[in-house]
Amino acid sequence: MDYQCGRMLETFGHLPVAWLLFAVLAVAGFVSFFAGRTQAVTVGHGQTERLNSQPNYHGYFVAMATIGPAAVILVLYALFGDSIVRAQLASELPQRIRDLGSLELGQYIDRISEQAARRDAASTGNALFDAATSRYTDLLGLSRIIAVLAALAAAGLGFFFARRQLSVHFRARSRVEDGIKFMLFLCAGIAVLTTIGIVASLFFEAMRFFSRVSVFSFIFGTEWNAQTGADFGAIPLFFGTFMIAFLAMLVAAPIGLLSAIYLSEYASPRFRGVVKPILELLAGIPTVVYGFFALQFVAPIVRAGANWVNGLPFVPDGLLAAQPTSALAAGIVMGIMIIPFVSSLSDDVINAVPQTLRDGAYAIGATKSETVKQVVMPAALPGVIAALLLAVSRAIGETMIVVMAAGQRAQITPDPTADLTTITVQIVALLTGDTEFDSAKTLSAFALGFVLFIVTLIFNLIALRVVQRYREKYE
Amino acid sequence: MDGNVEDFTETRPKQAHTMSEMIKVDCRNIDVFYGDKQAIYDISLAIQDRAVTSFIGPSGCGKSTFLRCINRMNDTIETAKVSGQIYMDGADINDHSIDPVLLRSRVGMVFQKPNPFPKSIYDNIAYGPRIHGLASGKQELDEVVESALRKAGLWDEVKDRLQAPGTSLSGGQQQRLCIARAIAVSPEVILMDEPCSALDPIATARIEELIDELRERYCIVIVTHSMQQAARVSQRTAFFHLGKLIEYGDTEQIFTNPVDSKTQDYITGRYG
Repeated sequence: MDYQCGRMLETFGHLPVAWLLFAVLAVAGFVSFFAGRTQAVTVGHGQTERLNSQPNYHGYFVAMATIGPAAVILVLYALFGDSIVRAQLASELPQRIRDLGSLELGQYIDRISEQAARRDAASTGNALFDAATSRYTDLLGLSRIIAVLAALAAAGLGFFFARRQLSVHFRARSRVEDGIKFMLFLCAGIAVLTTIGIVASLFFEAMRFFSRVSVFSFIFGTEWNAQTGADFGAIPLFFGTFMIAFLAMLVAAPIGLLSAIYLSEYASPRFRGVVKPILELLAGIPTVVYGFFALQFVAPIVRAGANWVNGLPFVPDGLLAAQPTSALAAGIVMGIMIIPFVSSLSDDVINAVPQTLRDGAYAIGATKSETVKQVVMPAALPGVIAALLLAVSRAIGETMIVVMAAGQRAQITPDPTADLTTITVQIVALLTGDTEFDSAKTLSAFALGFVLFIVTLIFNLIALRVVQRYREKYE
Repeated sequence: MDGNVEDFTETRPKQAHTMSEMIKVDCRNIDVFYGDKQAIYDISLAIQDRAVTSFIGPSGCGKSTFLRCINRMNDTIETAKVSGQIYMDGADINDHSIDPVLLRSRVGMVFQKPNPFPKSIYDNIAYGPRIHGLASGKQELDEVVESALRKAGLWDEVKDRLQAPGTSLSGGQQQRLCIARAIAVSPEVILMDEPCSALDPIATARIEELIDELRERYCIVIVTHSMQQAARVSQRTAFFHLGKLIEYGDTEQIFTNPVDSKTQDYITGRYG
């Protein structure tokens, strides 16, 4: 008996239970749907028009009540089952292994679960390890049996109670729609929860960093030497980030906006049909190619230009740094990269301004440019601001171009021909290569990411408010 | 008025002669094409000053298109081509020496759907005078705005909230705002393209009253789908059908004693 029970546990420990359950639940769903529908027809004595809801809805309701609770139990098991099993196993291991510390204990159990997953696993010769492996398989099987039984019980109960509810006056349709609404809400919730999860993980890693380096010296420090683990003052990085984003917007905002105005207000439909896709093609170029372009082509030109300025009479020698990689080169190329973001979105927004507004302006004798400047653009402004903000956040978060063309030196200088470094460049530098994940050096990357997130969040909030206030005024 | 409209094209020169000082806009042999499609076929029509002329006819008959010829709004549509002459106070508006932008400040237009600019009530009215330099200084501009709003019968309703957005007004108020906007640049002619089609009966009655008052000062042309409206507000009525002018004459005569059987059919509701 005991042996048989053990076999069963072991078998369950190995079975692909998830797929089986999936199939069982699907079948249960179908069966309960038809059961509910048939019962509804019976309740209505064959006259479905007497029912509050159509028989199909009764069917959906029963199916939902059957599958829903079971699915919830299974999802919970999928999320937490494994960690419960591992915790149980850990508590049963001998004291000397439990004393190893959480990291190595975890690795030990990882090895056990790998071993257990092998069906043809031969004995390793280590008695403790083998015993633990078979115990793990049993525990897994037991947990699965419990989960499956719970799910089946939930399905049965749901089925039973749902069928008892059916009557002529039962509002099955509205209940089903409530259920669907709840499902949609869950999906939206998952997106939000994921965001919260990402922020939380960033936050906790950042907190680990801030337990070693003070927040104050991180945010207000002006020296950054993370590679040596000496100085963690982030100001030079923020300076570089915003400097390059600013240079990029200096390129992208006017060119993008004016080309959008030209395309939507002045260009012939044929010209627009050709040029707009070409502009949008810019957005499809991989950023690494832009980085290439910046490094190979733009940076030397910037350097030559800076040297030329330095050589002018009355210009103090060495006024401009004229570095081989420079903020200006990265900024220009990044600006080119985000032109389509500005132009394409602005173009859509400007096109969405109703023709009647333009007609109204023309009809009182406004010229084309007066109409564009004073009627069309104000009407399109919230959308244009949104387009510009999207471009700014692209510029701040952009990585590849700055990695290749902006340089690595953390410094604060107004000279755009000097090499600057950005937050994203430093995160890449800190987290690539051979790293361990609990030194101040690598943790500082998370702190940078977290602060960057906060900054862009504040940015977006302010922008949102601006747009809203403008909306109130203009729409 | 000349009651004989049986053969309009032959009587028209005579009309023009007898009331030459009363004719504001004289259109001769107007054809309009949208691409290859002809929308207006050889229409000649003289519009009286200080009177309301209504254009009626079934949808797609070209009355709006014809209206838009008078302030050259069709210029803004790329595929549209207009031929023929339109004389305003004796000058051809399609002549090269005439800037359509200036022409439109003399010929105001009100559209089917109220289209206030995304600006305050004040700026909606002040926009035209500003771009045409009609007022020097803030005080003069205030006066222009007030007088336009008074003429449009909107002043009392909005005088306390001139800085509120134009779009915050009700539909009827918005349409009167658009009329005030047109008036503010002191036009001579006001074109109205179904100005009441988006309004309820009370707002419509208000606009019609206003049109009747404005008749004292302006030459008004109104396109309408409502025969009752045409009968109520206009002195002259033109009936269009399939891009052709079928009949044109005194409103009373058109509605009580139409000459053409198509006009008869339309005003009695047999089609349209």
